[in-house]
Amino acid sequence: MSETKREHKIWNPTMECMSRDERAHLQSERLVKTVRHEYDNVPMYRARMDAKGVKPEDIRSIEDLKYLPFMEKTDLRDEFPFGLLAVPKRDIVRIQGSSGTTGHPIVSGYTRGDLDVWSEVMARTLTAAGCGPDDIVQVSYGLGLFTGGFGAYQGADRIGAMVVPMSSGNTQRQIMMMKELGVTMICCTPSYVTYLGETIREMGIDPKKDLKLKAGCFGAEPWTEEMRYHIEELLGIDACDIYGLTEICGPGVSFACLEKDGMHINEDHVIAEIINPATGEQLPYGQSGELVFTTITKEGMPMLRYRTHDICTLNPAPCACGRTTVRMTRITGRTDDMLIIRGVNVFPSQIESVLVGVEGVAPHYMLIVDRVNSSDTLEVQVEMTDEMFSDTVSHIEQVRKRITDQIKSVVGISTNVKLVAPKSIPRSEGKAKRVIDHRKL
Amino acid sequence: MFIKQISVFLENRQGTLRELTHLLGASGIDLMALSLADTQNFGIVRIIVADNQVDPALRVLRASGFTARVNNVICAEVEDRPLGLNALLETIDAIGVSVEYLYSFLRATGERALIILRLSEQDESVKKLAEKGVKLVSQQEIDNL
Repeated sequence: MSETKREHKIWNPTMECMSRDERAHLQSERLVKTVRHEYDNVPMYRARMDAKGVKPEDIRSIEDLKYLPFMEKTDLRDEFPFGLLAVPKRDIVRIQGSSGTTGHPIVSGYTRGDLDVWSEVMARTLTAAGCGPDDIVQVSYGLGLFTGGFGAYQGADRIGAMVVPMSSGNTQRQIMMMKELGVTMICCTPSYVTYLGETIREMGIDPKKDLKLKAGCFGAEPWTEEMRYHIEELLGIDACDIYGLTEICGPGVSFACLEKDGMHINEDHVIAEIINPATGEQLPYGQSGELVFTTITKEGMPMLRYRTHDICTLNPAPCACGRTTVRMTRITGRTDDMLIIRGVNVFPSQIESVLVGVEGVAPHYMLIVDRVNSSDTLEVQVEMTDEMFSDTVSHIEQVRKRITDQIKSVVGISTNVKLVAPKSIPRSEGKAKRVIDHRKL
Repeated sequence: MFIKQISVFLENRQGTLRELTHLLGASGIDLMALSLADTQNFGIVRIIVADNQVDPALRVLRASGFTARVNNVICAEVEDRPLGLNALLETIDAIGVSVEYLYSFLRATGERALIILRLSEQDESVKKLAEKGVKLVSQQEIDNL
């Protein structure tokens, strides 16, 4: 909040502040090992390397990264659930997951060592936002298959802070616990903390007097600098950005320090690249393009050159906080049509797969995304057909409910299904426009 | 004994009902009864026209992109006085079926009012209503109104 020079806490100065040369050396060493491990244990990736004519011994340093084939989210679906494991199943101690692109879930398997790394990077994340052993951390991300909740829990636990694992929902109870326990830090989505903040104000609670909250780590959905100012103003806290994805480890892949000038990537565990999404060619630091990650310490399900489809730029300049890790900017867009609704990844193709599965429903649809009272809304417009239509309201409501329930079970979020007149959704040749996003991001 | 009803889907958007009435009117379709069911999300317009106008009405509606269908409903006479409708509903209660919707005819016939009904188990219900002495109106009678 204040403009005065602040004290920066760093969880692992050795790894976070090493020189860039030292780090490149460490990355190269770990990359060579990872590629060998992947080639020997994952048939899908071995076949992909063979097809490209790349042998493990061709990869000798991070300079050679560009020769490796990419991995995609579809690989996790095609090899679901255990095809990408590089260790025996008995060594996997945790599964986390998210919905895939077509309604089929994707999962990632973690060894004990992977959980250890995940806890480490989340400890770095929370420390960078000011967390220490004396802090009380409320985890208001969902605790479940979704990585947000467990990630925050493990990081705070590693630091030795007091964890309040609230999970998501039940706002009144969240606020009660926050106040009664004297919670000092919170982890949730930026839209949920905004909602919490507004509710706190409505309840007549003065955050600066009645609460002990000082900072929060917010992520899992896109947000803006304006939202940060709003949250910081609303609750009188430092709002730090956090980034991650299930496929890599979950939250903690990168995080903002209190300088709030980009997110530090944990480069001793992942290598970040920016590529031209059309050609796959590597782009230099400072240029905007698609973010690609290679895990270099992951045992259970290593990912090599995994395409995130997130667009951002990388900045290698040392940060005022003392860290030397490369920083990524906020995600400025997607190279595909993925939407993030209330922290959940939603692909229009998932909705489409639901609609074609419901009898009598036309495959034409439009998704209208908006943000109302700080919460994302998704309206699914579906055309009325002769098969769906009836002279009674209850019959039509049944069809509507069937569609809504199916989407909820496949995508995991509640939507408002709106029935519209036949042929009212614009047909277009080639790639149809399926999404109208009214959110100001 | 049933009469034909046309139901039309209306998107929840300003002006859709007017588009419908304009379209039917311009095609010379005479609306003899009409009801509008609306929810937060959509509406259903139910209309009664003369038998020989049912097919032309459907044709123009569908040609203009409306979703429409025809189904059978019951048309019953009640006395046009306080508790007239109530007497009919008591009979319906007595035969143990439920009303899915009902509305009244636009055209009055003097001392009688016409009620259009959609009941659960319609085929059974029609027989029982007739047995109980409810005067049911045929499509032909409607056409002659």
